[in-house]
Amino acid sequence: MEKKKMYAVEATNLVKTFGKEHAVDGVDLKIPKGIVYGFLGPNGAGKTTTIRMLATLLKPNNGHATVMGYDLVEEADDVRQKISLTGQFASVDEELSGRENLIFIGRLVGYTRKEAKQRADELLAAFQLTDASKRQVKKYSGGMRRRIDIAASIVTSPELLFLDEPTTGLDPRSRNQVWDIVRALVKQGTTVFLTTQYLEEADQLADLIGVIDHGKLIAEGTSKELKASVGAGSLIVNFDNEVELQRASTILEEQLGEKADKDLKDYSLTLPIKEHDKAAVAIGALANQNVKIKEFSMAQPSLDEVFLTLTGKLPDQETDGVVNE
Amino acid sequence: MNKNTTIEEVFQNHERPKKPGALNASATFAWRALLRIRYVPEQLFDVTVFPIIFLLMFTYLFGGAISGSTGEYLDFVLPGILVMTVSMITMYTGLDLNKDIEKGVFDRFRSLPIWRPSVLVGALVVDAVRYLIASTIMITLGYILGFRPEAGFFGVILAVLVLLLFAFSLSWIWTMLGIIVRSEKALMGISMMLLFPLTFLSSVFVNPTTMPNWLQVFVDINPITFVVDAVRGIIHGTDAMSDILMVIYISIGLIVVFGPLTMYFFRNKN
Repeated sequence: MEKKKMYAVEATNLVKTFGKEHAVDGVDLKIPKGIVYGFLGPNGAGKTTTIRMLATLLKPNNGHATVMGYDLVEEADDVRQKISLTGQFASVDEELSGRENLIFIGRLVGYTRKEAKQRADELLAAFQLTDASKRQVKKYSGGMRRRIDIAASIVTSPELLFLDEPTTGLDPRSRNQVWDIVRALVKQGTTVFLTTQYLEEADQLADLIGVIDHGKLIAEGTSKELKASVGAGSLIVNFDNEVELQRASTILEEQLGEKADKDLKDYSLTLPIKEHDKAAVAIGALANQNVKIKEFSMAQPSLDEVFLTLTGKLPDQETDGVVNE
Repeated sequence: MNKNTTIEEVFQNHERPKKPGALNASATFAWRALLRIRYVPEQLFDVTVFPIIFLLMFTYLFGGAISGSTGEYLDFVLPGILVMTVSMITMYTGLDLNKDIEKGVFDRFRSLPIWRPSVLVGALVVDAVRYLIASTIMITLGYILGFRPEAGFFGVILAVLVLLLFAFSLSWIWTMLGIIVRSEKALMGISMMLLFPLTFLSSVFVNPTTMPNWLQVFVDINPITFVVDAVRGIIHGTDAMSDILMVIYISIGLIVVFGPLTMYFFRNKN
């Protein structure tokens, strides 16, 4: 019964409505096997709803999809054999200990009691949770929580792992640990479908990024391609007074060939830049002409800027909550 | 990068074993419910403290007024309060399920290739154990206070079994509501709204013949009345066959209607 297909996920015109709200509004996806697909978008864009449909938790109102070669609706049980889901919220039982949770899942996927215990201990060791194995999950830190969530998803090796905002709310160290885990999983051949609100995360992990807004896929490409459409980021320079600011503005606009955004309240200038080298040269030009700079900084392109470029407006958060139904 | 290598190691070669059968999956969910009780023993208040408070309160509050003596009233009211208490605590099944859904762990269960009703059946089995605890505590306390079942020990056992059947069936209403109602508070409100009139406007506390006619009409068709009459009849050795049969019909009816409805909402949960 093994179906050989190139794509882990193949979806055409997926639609999910909640009442009048079009949470997902005609999404097409073609995700090759063995990659990390990053689904990038603001709160309420339809990320969670899409993942919940692909993980067989929600039935699409329209459209068609196969996951690991099986039809999402007709062959839901076959799909469930191939996937694992780590939801945005608790995907383990907080009242139980970490070890009990893993044994519990192990039993549910069909291990004997002994096998389930052994598997739980292996996973706890690999995820550095052995010391906390007997503690209730609700007493875990955010990072430990995420690790046990992911461990529970790989009690048996899924061919496709869904991670819904795996690092939202984590400190940088825990976030890096989660990233390392994702990289390790992909090395073993698992396809990972993750959603994120952070461009940096998609940049770090994803081979292919889809940008979603208002239930529609508005751009897709590699991180390089997406960034090229936005530019490398922006240069921000602060001054002590308006005179210096005006002088600098002329010089920088000439050097970078971009229009400067002036803020006369804190005497700061913001210019978009295409390449980092050019920014360095421009700052040098200011020094050459004795313009007194208070401070300067570089800002990475943010998700907001990607949206600004792609949609011409900032992501709005109004629909927040609708997708979490 | 020692950690990475171990994650890679544990990730290799873990094909899914054969998926567990319906019984095994249900037993696993039951095991989980038992573990939760171990961590939060306060959950057992409703099946330990409630029965004690209810029995003492109603016996000594109403006993003198209704039957002239608390001793005589105890024999009458204990089967009633037993049914009332167990019926009331069935609603916790729905509350627990609702919490699972709200927290998100329910999503994981639904994305696993298991026999789907096992999530509910496992919980309901453990609930049956809870009902049994409540019944045992109440009957034991009743015995200490002077309650004497005429049908003896086996009569009591039979009565409790009939009650468990009804409670198990009634639970399906709460599991269904647990899935479709959005918040725990709303669910609590709805459950109370249904349970209070059903338990009080029945033959739990007084003989319905003392009530006004219009109320008797409701009391006579109230399922709780049938359960109380059956349990009371069995315990006191009077002929309760027609009431027992009625309870069995009601229970089957509840399962036939709310079982599939629950599973429908379970599958199509948004």
